Amino acid sequence: MSTAPDDTAHLVLLHRRLERRADAEGVLDVAYTTLDTPVGSLLLAATPAGLVRVAYETEDHDRVLDALADRVSPRILRAPARLDAAVRQLEDYFAGRLRAFDLPLDLSLSRGFRLLVQRHLPEIGYGRTETYAEVARVVGNPGAVRAVGSACATNPLPVVVPCHRVLRTDGSLGGYVGGLAAKTALLELESAA
Amino acid sequence: MTAPFEALVARHGAAVLRVCRAVLGPDDADDAWSETFLAALGAYPGLPATANTEAWLVTIARRKAIDALRARGRRAVPAGDLPDAPSRIGVPDASDPDLWSAVAALPAKQRHAVAYRYLAGLPYAEIAGIVGGTTDAARRAAADGIRTLRRSYAASDQGHDLDLDLDGRSAR
Repeated sequence: MSTAPDDTAHLVLLHRRLERRADAEGVLDVAYTTLDTPVGSLLLAATPAGLVRVAYETEDHDRVLDALADRVSPRILRAPARLDAAVRQLEDYFAGRLRAFDLPLDLSLSRGFRLLVQRHLPEIGYGRTETYAEVARVVGNPGAVRAVGSACATNPLPVVVPCHRVLRTDGSLGGYVGGLAAKTALLELESAA
Repeated sequence: MTAPFEALVARHGAAVLRVCRAVLGPDDADDAWSETFLAALGAYPGLPATANTEAWLVTIARRKAIDALRARGRRAVPAGDLPDAPSRIGVPDASDPDLWSAVAALPAKQRHAVAYRYLAGLPYAEIAGIVGGTTDAARRAAADGIRTLRRSYAASDQGHDLDLDLDGRSAR
């Protein structure tokens, strides 16, 4: 059974209306959109509290949405309006015009030590870096260097929460959720601006 | 694990729209579609993971259609109230208003059975669950509806061939 072409366009309009009404009536738990950037397509997802997830293509956007359905709520729609501010700021960031994000964040996907580390990361200024060991010291647990590494690797909000600014003590890159090419690209972007 | 609701809209949005149009006519179908998916989104977290999501959506759509019919203050859609011209907002086969007039003229029970079977592609057991009654009764209502359509539609002056049109979009 095929869908007439004019139905496809009409369903797009109906979908937009559903997005607006779902948001207005408080049943849109997770809104998402995608954004093309120099480091590939980013999935952006937000709860009413704020941006809850930024995901690289390499993380597989469908799997990320499945995980959000599981961990946050299955009331998920592609509804770009809630992500307007995030999209604008990310576009400015990648254009070198924005040095610090000012967005409400929903950190409910992280707990405990990881949350502690992820809360500290935005304090590392634009264009600067810290080592995993320095971060461990700053959050008050100097022995937890590896745990800092896994906190960075599981950062649910890469780019916006700048885990790319954390390097190894020897100055090498360490790992990155979006791949080393993306980490390098972000660090070069910030050192050029 | 429950799939993101967006997947349901993508998978079943078109079928639910066809059902709403067949049951209500094109004018009220959009509102019924919106009400259906809005209510479904609200109730979605409580839906068992094993549920047939399309049958569930069609059940809600039917309830919303009944609400809309009540709001109109009538118990059924008289064929005379349907627009004479095809809608330009994307009725399937908009070029073929006679078929839609013929569907709208069916008795409610047959119209629903035909819509759920041939537009939503539901099995008769699911249709019986939605409209009430037995699986056989649902099958009979759909068959009676198709027979009536064959007569009324084929009798319209353009001399359509219903076999081609309806059987071509028969249930999956």
